Amino acid sequence: MTNEGRRQKVGFGVLLLATFIVVIPVTAIVLLIVAKGWGALSWSFLFTMPREGMRAGGILPAIVGTVYLVFASIAFALPIGVMAAIYLSEYAKDNALTRTINLAIINLAGVSSVVFGLFGLSLFVIFLKFGVSIISGSLTLGIMTLPVIITTTREALRAVPRSYREVSFSLGASRWQTVRHAVLPHALSGILTGAILSIGRVAGETAPILFTVAAFYLPNLPTGLSDQAMALPYHLYIITTQIPGIPENYRYGTAFVLIGFVLIMNITATVIRSKARRKR
Amino acid sequence: MKLSPRRIREFLIEKLIFLSGLASIVFVALIFIFLLREGVSVLKTTSLGSFLGGKFWYPISNPAKLGILPLILGSLLVTAGAILIAVPLGIAAAFYIAEVAPKRWRTILKTCVEVLSAIPSVVLGFLGITVLVPFLKNILHLPTGLTAFSGSLMLAFMALPTIITISEDAINAVPREYKDGALALGATHWQTLYRVVIHGALPGIIAAAMLGIGRVFGETMAVMMVTGNAAVIPHTLFEPVRTLTATIAAEMGEAAKGTPHYFALFAVGIVLFIISFVINLTADILLHRGRKR
Repeated sequence: MTNEGRRQKVGFGVLLLATFIVVIPVTAIVLLIVAKGWGALSWSFLFTMPREGMRAGGILPAIVGTVYLVFASIAFALPIGVMAAIYLSEYAKDNALTRTINLAIINLAGVSSVVFGLFGLSLFVIFLKFGVSIISGSLTLGIMTLPVIITTTREALRAVPRSYREVSFSLGASRWQTVRHAVLPHALSGILTGAILSIGRVAGETAPILFTVAAFYLPNLPTGLSDQAMALPYHLYIITTQIPGIPENYRYGTAFVLIGFVLIMNITATVIRSKARRKR
Repeated sequence: MKLSPRRIREFLIEKLIFLSGLASIVFVALIFIFLLREGVSVLKTTSLGSFLGGKFWYPISNPAKLGILPLILGSLLVTAGAILIAVPLGIAAAFYIAEVAPKRWRTILKTCVEVLSAIPSVVLGFLGITVLVPFLKNILHLPTGLTAFSGSLMLAFMALPTIITISEDAINAVPREYKDGALALGATHWQTLYRVVIHGALPGIIAAAMLGIGRVFGETMAVMMVTGNAAVIPHTLFEPVRTLTATIAAEMGEAAKGTPHYFALFAVGIVLFIISFVINLTADILLHRGRKR
């Protein structure tokens, strides 16, 4: 073998090794949580209240709290995010304003999650007097997830062929009619992908809800948006670090439910996206 | 021209769309304003210099000492460790996935990276405490496994998806002609990669590393759970530290509203906000320059 051929073999070998170092732990993490968490799952684990200082019983209030947060934050962020994407893709000119908006989106995506928590505390909990409540937490999470919705929707809108718009304009349709009837219907799967991805993101975030909604333990399920709530990621945090003597399978079970929910959301989004690509 | 109901409706919808377009700017501005609103009061009790450069963080002693230097150094140490691990690994993996891997493997590897980016940080923190920390304590014979090093390993892992996906995009964006030219001149595939492709992709790869740094610096839960939370100036990677983010997350619950401690935590938030702003701005400039060429 030539010298260069040997070098190439070594080089590619190093790259492959690096890839293994990345991929193997990921697989190990998922398998470990599935293997250890599966045993903890039962009807009563998923659907009953915690007992004995959360050392027994189930995680129902954490699941319910997370469902509340997910729905409320998406209900807030999805319309704003989709309309913002429509503006950027269909209306915006290439000017300073548009560049500022893009910069703001990038920064919003880069702000530390705990800083979102501080912001939510300062604006929603204190200034607007919403208190520590589902509404404060959902608005905070909604703003945090806005960049995900905007960027995926914008990609979906841009992927709609230009000719669809031209045909619509040539038939005398106004800009909004064109967007509404010729563009949006073809971008639906992309919008859905963005929404589902952000559901996964919202469900897994802990830091933004620490001071805005999360409760250590509540004896009752939340009844409305102004109540405090427990949430899965925060629950996993406190039973891991704050309460001694929690059985290990109880922790793995909670981690399994959380990661299961997040991964199902991600897989669904991926499937929708690849189906939409194949159609095109 | 008569204003039909349809026209009025369209006018309103388009105004709404425009306002939503502005929402991101409004929210970024609101974040900054409301951090300032609470955080700026820290200057009533300490000067800017002694806040940023103070060596002691004793927020509940009397009088409170509010120097965040140990926290800044803690964040920097953990971040530096993570980046030293994640950047070479991430770039190498990105090259493998983009250029070397067979097509079928490429999809599987990319899925793995996506799964990693989707795992909530609290789950990684949980596994860090239950698996990684005891393991490191045993093999390195440390008094505790809750160290900056554990945090770096954890964060390296969390930065990898960002670094890999953005580097991979940059590698794929290198014009085909560059590669074809090199190959036609008789270069091997490997020579083409590390002599030609890497130069074309460099701005994107640097941006990827920067965004990885931003991700690591702002990460909260996992790092709080595995670094041991000791707010003292660290000397090595193998002792407990406390980062800026972990300090806010751990202490805001107990800080009474209106106390210097409370204001100081918001001021830490301002520091984090400004740092992430600078990092993202630089990365964005690099990415755009890469694209324009």
